[in-house]
Amino acid sequence: MEGTGVPLGTAPSILRRYNTDCNSQDIFRGRAYVSAFQQVIQTNETAILSGWLDEMASATRRGDLMNNTDLKQQAGELLRLFGEASAKSQDIQSEAFAPIRAFLQDIAKSRMERGFTPAETAMFVLSLKQPIFHALRDALKANPAELLNENWAVGNLLDKLSMLTVDTAIGYREQTIARQQEEMLELSTPVVKLWDGVLALPLIGTLDSARTQVVMESLLSAIVETNSQVAIIDITGVPTVDTLVAQHLIKTITAARLMGADCFLSGIRPAIAQTIVHLGIDLADIQTKAKLSDAFAVALQRVGKAVVSLKSVAKPEKKEA
Amino acid sequence: MDRIPILKVGECLLVTIQVDMHDELAMTLQQDLTSQISKYASRGVLIDISSLEIVDSFIGRMLANIAAMSRVLDAQTVLTGMQPAVAITLVELGMSLPGIKTALNVERGMQLLAEYIGENRELEEADGVEV
Repeated sequence: MEGTGVPLGTAPSILRRYNTDCNSQDIFRGRAYVSAFQQVIQTNETAILSGWLDEMASATRRGDLMNNTDLKQQAGELLRLFGEASAKSQDIQSEAFAPIRAFLQDIAKSRMERGFTPAETAMFVLSLKQPIFHALRDALKANPAELLNENWAVGNLLDKLSMLTVDTAIGYREQTIARQQEEMLELSTPVVKLWDGVLALPLIGTLDSARTQVVMESLLSAIVETNSQVAIIDITGVPTVDTLVAQHLIKTITAARLMGADCFLSGIRPAIAQTIVHLGIDLADIQTKAKLSDAFAVALQRVGKAVVSLKSVAKPEKKEA
Repeated sequence: MDRIPILKVGECLLVTIQVDMHDELAMTLQQDLTSQISKYASRGVLIDISSLEIVDSFIGRMLANIAAMSRVLDAQTVLTGMQPAVAITLVELGMSLPGIKTALNVERGMQLLAEYIGENRELEEADGVEV
């Protein structure tokens, strides 16, 4: 490529030489072509940077989330990296673009943490277009066809980089969602001990296969750990019960029974009772109670305990005194 | 050949499975247990599987069979100490072992058997009085 040997100079001089050396076919493959707008960026770096900052100030500036110094520093760094990378390659997946990719990914992450929207994060890159276009327009006044090509090349690169930013931002958010789901899964299946030998499992939220598996395992291991005879599964907080959920519940209760613990189902709301019957689910083998308190009373009875009022206990003592 | 020991405790038989069950061992246990029940006229059988970590459908069926055979010979079976993983596996295999009583540990299992035998004796005595 002849472009590699071109000494640095002002952009128009390079373009003039380039125009005389290349035919139109070379435009889309030569490095000389890339260095044309890269040269414009380098010579006009200060102007582009201030234009970019102005552009951001009018369009997407979020003074509440980010201060000016940080923004200026990020913009300067990005422009420098962009200049360097675009001099070597036009493919943003190439090795030359590795530093700028990493830099943009960092920016996207830090901006998502600060509360920017993905669009605002993308606009950070996209708003660089206009100042570069202005600089190119000034540099290539004489050659409208060239101006179009250069514009297209720069625009293309910036679009891809902004897509990368959006991808990273959304990926980061998805990671957060996945992590929260995992945490919810662990938090949403607490096994509580109501009494010696009596466990309760208050279920809240929709039950799916993955969650039921966690429910089953945590209940069974809690039965072993606490040596409990009775377990109560309370489904007051479960909005809907379909055949799958019912099957999961039956499995859990059967497994608990196999281990030697009695299992009660409580908190079945009227609507759910209707659904269960309409779906033809057979809960005949499972002991059900309307409320957690009812199930608890039966559970206490099962472990040989009873709740009595203080008065009835206190009276005989008085007699003795 | 390996055999699973069967211990006589009063009116009950105590079987603790401490090794991995393979099919032949299970068949031998089934034969030994039935002959012991009839020999001692035992009223209860307690099978402790707390060291059993792997079950398959065959072992599950064998346990159900032992329970059914014992019942025919007038002995109640109690299964104790099932591990959570084993319980989940059996449920997933569709074997809920309906005829078998279960308990968390051997102590509870013995209690359960004692209660069962006591209840039965009362019933028999009551029947005797009526006749």
